[in-house]
Amino acid sequence: MANHYLSIEGIGKTFTRDRAATEVLRDVTLGVEKGEYISIIGHSGCGKSTLLNIVAGLTPSTVGAVLLDGKAVDEPGPDRAVVFQNHSLLPWLTVYENVALAVDKVFGATKSAAERAEWTKYNLDLVHMGHARDKRPSEISGGMKQRVGIARALSMEPKVLLLDEPFGALDALTRAHLQDQVMQIHATLGNTVLMITHDVDEAVLLSDRIVMMTNGPAARIGEVLDVPLERPRNRIALASDRTYLRSREAVLKFLYERHRFVEAAE
Amino acid sequence: MTATAAKKLQPATTPARPAATILTLPVQTRPGTGRLADMARGAGANLLPPLVVLVMLIGLWEVLCSSPTSSLPPPSQVVTDTWELIIHPFYDNGGNDKGMGWQLLASLQRVALGYLLAAVAGIGLGVLVGQSSLAMRGLDPIFQVLRTVPPLAWLPLSLAAFRDGEPSAIFVIFITAIWPIIINTAVGIRNIPSDYRNVARVLRLNGFEYFAKIMLPAAAPYIFTGLRIGIGLSWLAIVAAEMLIGGVGIGFFIWDAWNSSLISDIILALIYVGIVGFVLDRIVAFIGNRVTRGTAAS
Repeated sequence: MANHYLSIEGIGKTFTRDRAATEVLRDVTLGVEKGEYISIIGHSGCGKSTLLNIVAGLTPSTVGAVLLDGKAVDEPGPDRAVVFQNHSLLPWLTVYENVALAVDKVFGATKSAAERAEWTKYNLDLVHMGHARDKRPSEISGGMKQRVGIARALSMEPKVLLLDEPFGALDALTRAHLQDQVMQIHATLGNTVLMITHDVDEAVLLSDRIVMMTNGPAARIGEVLDVPLERPRNRIALASDRTYLRSREAVLKFLYERHRFVEAAE
Repeated sequence: MTATAAKKLQPATTPARPAATILTLPVQTRPGTGRLADMARGAGANLLPPLVVLVMLIGLWEVLCSSPTSSLPPPSQVVTDTWELIIHPFYDNGGNDKGMGWQLLASLQRVALGYLLAAVAGIGLGVLVGQSSLAMRGLDPIFQVLRTVPPLAWLPLSLAAFRDGEPSAIFVIFITAIWPIIINTAVGIRNIPSDYRNVARVLRLNGFEYFAKIMLPAAAPYIFTGLRIGIGLSWLAIVAAEMLIGGVGIGFFIWDAWNSSLISDIILALIYVGIVGFVLDRIVAFIGNRVTRGTAAS
């Protein structure tokens, strides 16, 4: 069990507020191999963001442990870089400075100033944002902000990249464009990725495996679906691909037949 | 840029290129030629209305106070009475008999010292109260009570403590300016979005890096709001405090003029006090705008 690159073992999380306890996650166990692209999908309120925050170390788990590359995770760190849903760029820094902040902190001791500048530039070019390096976040579009957020996360050379609904706030065309870029980057760098999403097509298109969560409270992993599609994947060719359609159908059935979203269960 | 990236990355899909061009925002390329004309037009639109109102008010004042029985002098009288003071702002006959420039500088010096101390201590305490809920629970009620004490009420106490007018005046400035700085800084710190904290945690910024790179810039708009209120209050307090402590300073100049029945001198001093207060406020606002350019925009 412990020989996975990233292993989430028996994670449970209970939030306590004013003596009222809410169990959000129960006994979540998942092994992720190096270079794998995993999506976690589920209805809103199923605790998928909590799970990601636990892996990131931002939220402590109540029970269970997260092991990354043989080491237990108990605090946030650049080896588990997070791309936040709302980009979280620092508005007083330029695009370049936002990425440089991460690069200088993570590689301050190991790389020279020139190497760090080169590395910052390389990561911005990777997301095609080199042209806007001196703009501030308020001067660029939502999709561009998210690309800078991705560049910042990639620049930390994380062991696992955590994406928290990274394309959720974008329009459909920008989203498709960014998904393609993320696929390219994944193909080039071979990152291990854990992505939260609520978009079925996005999950099938990008993932090697899709982790489907049951509804909360006390959400569990309901099913894990393998997506045996060849890479590189092309969204137009896949639109009529039988494996793609079958995978898509499996996720839809899970979400809308067996685990329909029940509003306000309490 | 796209070309360099494409060399490193084999694009699996071609739409990357046109989409990227569409996303590029044509940001603020102001034509250099029209700028001067724009500025002139803007200045005209901003300066003309207050100038018209000013001329009307002075005219009204002239009419109302021109009768020989009037207790206050009309503006023409004020100018002739104080002409020597206006054209010689920096004369020095020793003692308190100094030009208006020296009087104002003496007051500004006290304000500068008291205000700088208040800014440093106020931001420090504000950070403490904003960061630690324990410190907030302990200190906030005390701050809320102390801040309602009128500035001049501190003067007798500080005279008793320092046994000298100069440090007492500076203390009054300090204690006047510090409350809005503390309270606004604390609010700013408490309002830092949790996303910025999470970014700092993922990057493992240490306490000092977090303070300098996240906390101060994120709270800067609030801090400058406090600093701006603080400078206004300082200038309000110094005039009153100087009336009581005496010596060189615009406040005592006014009091001295009243005792010598030089009403025109008082009016001139009030105009100077107003202008200096306005300039101080604008200086802090200008610095604030420059420093928080990025933060406020989002």
